[in-house]
Amino acid sequence: MKKSNLLRAGAVLAALSFVGAACGSNSDSASDTTAPASAAPTCDNPVAAIGWQGAETGDAGALGVPMIKGANLAIDEYNAENPDACVVLKKFDTQGDPAKAPAAAQAAIKDATILGIIGPGFSGESNAADPLYEEAGLATVTGSATNAELQNNGWKVFHRLLANDAKQGPAIANYLKTVAKKAGVIDDASDYGKGLADAVKTTLGSAVVATDTIDPKAADFSAAVTKMKSAGVDYIFYGGYYAEAAKLATQLKDAGVTAVLVGGDGVKDQAGFADAAGPAAEGALISCPCQDGSADFIAKWQAKYNEFPGTYGAEYYDAANVILAAIKGGAKDRAAVLAAVKAYDADGASKHIKFGANGDVTEGGIYLYQVKSGKITFVQEIK
Amino acid sequence: MRDWLIYKTFWDLTVSGLVLGLIYSLVALGYTMVYGVLRLINFAHSEIFMVGTFGSLITITQVLGVPLFNDSNGYPYKSGLALVLTLVACLIGAVLVSGAGAVVLERTAYRPLRGAGDIYGAVVLAFISAFVASMIFSTNLSLNLTFALVATAPISYGYMRIFKKGRQAPRLAFLISAIGSSMAIAEAVATWGPDNRLVYKLPRVLEKKTLFKLFGTDVRIDYAIVAIGAILMMTSLLLFVNKTRLGRGIRAVAQDVETSRILGVNVNSVILITFLLGGCMAGGAAMMFTLMYDQTRFNIGFLLGVKSFTAAVLGGIGNIRGALLGGIVLGLAENYGSSIFGGQWKDVIAFVVLLVVLMFRPTGILGESLGKARV
Repeated sequence: MKKSNLLRAGAVLAALSFVGAACGSNSDSASDTTAPASAAPTCDNPVAAIGWQGAETGDAGALGVPMIKGANLAIDEYNAENPDACVVLKKFDTQGDPAKAPAAAQAAIKDATILGIIGPGFSGESNAADPLYEEAGLATVTGSATNAELQNNGWKVFHRLLANDAKQGPAIANYLKTVAKKAGVIDDASDYGKGLADAVKTTLGSAVVATDTIDPKAADFSAAVTKMKSAGVDYIFYGGYYAEAAKLATQLKDAGVTAVLVGGDGVKDQAGFADAAGPAAEGALISCPCQDGSADFIAKWQAKYNEFPGTYGAEYYDAANVILAAIKGGAKDRAAVLAAVKAYDADGASKHIKFGANGDVTEGGIYLYQVKSGKITFVQEIK
Repeated sequence: MRDWLIYKTFWDLTVSGLVLGLIYSLVALGYTMVYGVLRLINFAHSEIFMVGTFGSLITITQVLGVPLFNDSNGYPYKSGLALVLTLVACLIGAVLVSGAGAVVLERTAYRPLRGAGDIYGAVVLAFISAFVASMIFSTNLSLNLTFALVATAPISYGYMRIFKKGRQAPRLAFLISAIGSSMAIAEAVATWGPDNRLVYKLPRVLEKKTLFKLFGTDVRIDYAIVAIGAILMMTSLLLFVNKTRLGRGIRAVAQDVETSRILGVNVNSVILITFLLGGCMAGGAAMMFTLMYDQTRFNIGFLLGVKSFTAAVLGGIGNIRGALLGGIVLGLAENYGSSIFGGQWKDVIAFVVLLVVLMFRPTGILGESLGKARV
């Protein structure tokens, strides 16, 4: 009895080590694939740091990756030109969660080397973190938080590099007015998704014949799909993020709904939406205040990362450059950086950058993209 | 403007609600059977379902090597025998992983608490404790594994010393163990893969064509497969519990643990088989789920687990037929409700239905009865 027990124990152990070995090889290959990103000029004695706050992991983590790449591109360029006064990027990952944002902001504020923040990445976390940055007098430049109320809080440190949702909702709705006879609107009940969907509903008015709300945590959207199908809509606007948009696109197609799916900037993710939904995403329309960036910028991005710039890549490249320009201009503390950001007036990779009194950039439109042959492609500017 | 479209979409909602309900039912069986024999709510059962979806994922992408999309960005559809073999392989993969998961769970998380811990549980627990402990000091995976393997022997000896005392833990300990293992399994899967907590896509091998029309509603082939598969699995489970020797053992333990022990039933092996059966049903549900939605994720079990547990309580926990009925009622109620009130009310409707039923029938629609002769 004793002996056979020992034998069995050995077998279990062997099985476990096999499982463990498989696990080990997995994470090895993962670290291999991320290796090229670290092949940048190193900065051993930084004179200052720029903080980035946003989602690098979690549900919306895919949206954070191009932001970091854009910022790193700007910082590497700067460090190559100024090797004696180099700057580093410090990342504060909140997973886009407003509940995690205050702790991240506190950590950034405590770090005295950080002279400016690029981000926060999302609107919800901006509401949670920006009051703290305001108190600390730490300048923030976001290239992605598009909620239409953020600029009305009177935060002096708040700056935004693109148009907000008050512009995006009506712009996409005005476009839909010209093409859609019957429209359906679905949202995910988030601050961002519902806000955008409501703006679209208001502008479209009586053309909206069916509305629904889905639970982003659920896997099955058949009730919403059935509703859209029976209402016979030809365009469906979805206010929400890419992961659910991909699920929704697939389930709509499976149910035989031929309507065109339309999404906002939260859907504009090549891997998370267009690649994930594959054939079901073909033809989908996406509006975004973001831009691919200038030809020069795209070439630089492709040389460094060997891919097309991701969503908000150009905006975060610009955001980092705004802060870097302040540091280069001799700003040594947070107050000086804030003043320099407010006075900034120059061309960026995405647009001409100059901030208005409320912190919003003075130029900034809404751009329409479409999934063509599986790739998210720029179509036209919409108003 | 209200979307009073339910009169137009009634049969659409009925078909998709039934199919979703059948998946709830299959998962609910695991909750209900374990409750029947152990009077324990096995909260980790939702993760047994989740690992089943990963079993299906690994089978189709790693073992069979099916690509996500073919060269022309289309789905890698298969037909005829190749399709059947692929689906059967996925089913076997999912059932194996879920079944094994349920057995390991029983051995490590519950059996030691019943004062009947054995060498299997001791070794697995020792390995996990050593591995987790080593992660405090180092992030090097191979170093951690080596340490864990070396330390497993002495630690499992220590666990065996504790197990030999054979004390029965208080009821609450089982519940805490269940919730803890549920979190541990989900987080382990979340941190395992290369994609940080992301959604994993499964290649779509089944072309979702419409088979026939039922009252003007398209009945898709994947719906039909889920319906037939679920009913087959449940029928065989009922036959097993009612007609076989082992099934009689399960019913005996459900009725009275001590008496059946005196009469020579090996209670521990009956409990293990109960977990195994529940795991297999969850595995079947997992394969059908991935067939319908082509994707999985580390937290996919949570919401579905809550719904399935609700279905089990709704039908009468401990009652196998109750699980079937509860799942279907819940699936339909959710679909009708979200059509009338909007999708944001889906979960509210599910729980209102549960409350109303429990007000009038506190033991569920069919009552608690795994122990009765007629299950």
